[in-house]
Amino acid sequence: MYTLPSKLKLFSIIIMVLGLVGIAYGFLTAPKTIEDVKKIMAEQEAHHGEGHVVETHDQEHTANFVDVARGEEGYSEAAMKHATDLKPEGHGAASHEEHVLHQLQTRPWSATFVGAFFFLMIALGVLVFYAIQYVSQAGWSPVLYRIMEGITAYLLPGSIIVFLIVVFAGTHFFPWQNEELVAHDKILQVKSGYLNFPFFVIRAVIYLLGWNLYRYYSRKNSLAQAETNNYGPYRKNFKASVLFLIFFIVTEATMSWDWFMSMTPHWYSTLFAWYIFASMFVSAITVLALTTIHLKSRGLIPFVSDKHLHDLAKFMFAFSIFWTYLWFGQFMLIWYANIPEEVTYFIIRIQEYKVLFFGMLILNFVFPILVLMNSDYKRVPWFVVIAAVFILVGHYIDIFLLVMPSTVGHNWSFGIPEIAALLFFMGLFIFVVGTGLGKVSLRPKNDPFIKESENYHF
Amino acid sequence: MASKKIHAIYTDDDLLLQAVKQTRAANYHISEVFTPFPVHGLDHAVGLAPTRIAITSFLYGLTGLSVAVLMMNFIMIEDWPQNIGGKPSFTYYQNMPAFIPIMFELTVFFAAHLMVITFYMRSKIWPFKKAENPDVRTTDDHFLMEVDADNHDVEKLTKFLYDTGASEISLIENEQDH
Repeated sequence: MYTLPSKLKLFSIIIMVLGLVGIAYGFLTAPKTIEDVKKIMAEQEAHHGEGHVVETHDQEHTANFVDVARGEEGYSEAAMKHATDLKPEGHGAASHEEHVLHQLQTRPWSATFVGAFFFLMIALGVLVFYAIQYVSQAGWSPVLYRIMEGITAYLLPGSIIVFLIVVFAGTHFFPWQNEELVAHDKILQVKSGYLNFPFFVIRAVIYLLGWNLYRYYSRKNSLAQAETNNYGPYRKNFKASVLFLIFFIVTEATMSWDWFMSMTPHWYSTLFAWYIFASMFVSAITVLALTTIHLKSRGLIPFVSDKHLHDLAKFMFAFSIFWTYLWFGQFMLIWYANIPEEVTYFIIRIQEYKVLFFGMLILNFVFPILVLMNSDYKRVPWFVVIAAVFILVGHYIDIFLLVMPSTVGHNWSFGIPEIAALLFFMGLFIFVVGTGLGKVSLRPKNDPFIKESENYHF
Repeated sequence: MASKKIHAIYTDDDLLLQAVKQTRAANYHISEVFTPFPVHGLDHAVGLAPTRIAITSFLYGLTGLSVAVLMMNFIMIEDWPQNIGGKPSFTYYQNMPAFIPIMFELTVFFAAHLMVITFYMRSKIWPFKKAENPDVRTTDDHFLMEVDADNHDVEKLTKFLYDTGASEISLIENEQDH
């Protein structure tokens, strides 16, 4: 039986409290009126008198990079001018100040959402991984079932928080919820059959119910399997997992359109859902590997060998490459086709978030591939931990770059609201997962493949 | 010098793996094992040194990557720059996204082909070479373990191999070592 070490428990509670204070601070200090914004802008001007000149020069340079890479002077400006879903006019703002106000008010929302979704997607990804093990009747992984179930304990609180954020964020995230804007926008009018608030909420409720029902049902059956001497509960779980995977692949696609793509409702990409899934899956397996290493180091799971760790590390390696493949597939096609309404997505990310945007590629691709390439290194726990840290930081940045450029645009920074949200949800995650792991014995008794899994060898 | 060898035939890969471990534990020397398909963990069980082909593969991959970069830099940038799809060909790095698929393909191409050729050379096999396996059934569904019997009591060894689950045991006496 696992119990969350008291120091880790205390740590998680402390960062949760700190995070909560920081999130509240972010919401309370967001400017309320245009006067506040004018004051902030004037202050920035005064502060950066000298620095500002350098900054604009820098911006010109980055704008140039996009233009040069596209072979046309002024192309990116022209494209951005027409991207009404990214621009002040798009949010129904009358002036530049109003636009900045809107973005600054959005910032605490976005910061909280990035943290909340990042940890939700870890729990959700592990749940999918768990379902895949059942459906494929995998022989190697049953020793990890209780660990996976422990991590998916976070799904319920995590998904409720994310649900509340996306439902109440309104026009902070989703310009298509602004009726004034839709009235003047033909594209959004055509899309309003899908992008309308009631249907949006209904879909979110369906995701919430479906995912949590499967988690509840499979956990119940998995525990029941340990108590019986037939394979009834296992068979039920198999069927439930098949249905869940079908349900998930549909809801994951619509979820990524709803919660991320519709932040810039004019823009679309057909492999977007896969892209989010890749990020979700690789982060989830990484956290699973980290949790396994943590439990192993405390000597609680002697039946998990370095072969199992090797397999998890292989998944981390493979899905890092898969993520890069999708990232590049999306980027190259948009870069090559050079259609104005598509390139705006990358223009804003390259102009305003250049270091993060390209740095993320190094963290998510170059480091994992170099650290985990050698077969032997995949069995060395501290090597896997190093790769895991790179991957998790990289995919946090990935989610950050999905949300921030589309919602707060130029007015982003990494300050108290962002760090606080990260701390709060990390604390909550550690706390919930720690308690979830401690509920039952970590060895899934009576699973039909448990013997094969324990003897797993290659 | 005449050499005595015992060929023990097994009908199952798990049985073979078990027998290999037992035979080595009993300090008999296994000179070769013939299987119809790769058996996981067999190389480790027989005590072969870990393969270094992964290292060569990595180096071949790097070679392929460099060839791709140099080739495209010469063709597309230096020698005959063309404006394809409104993309300027002034520098390599500006056109990089279009080049990445080729960089990837040539990396894989070089790594795969050169690795196979290296494997052939290291295993000393080539097209039309006469097969070395002593029993044709090892290309179908039987597994053969070849054990040196020179300095051992053949009776005892045979008994031992029989106990490991061999379905067929035969003594082979070669006039010369090959």
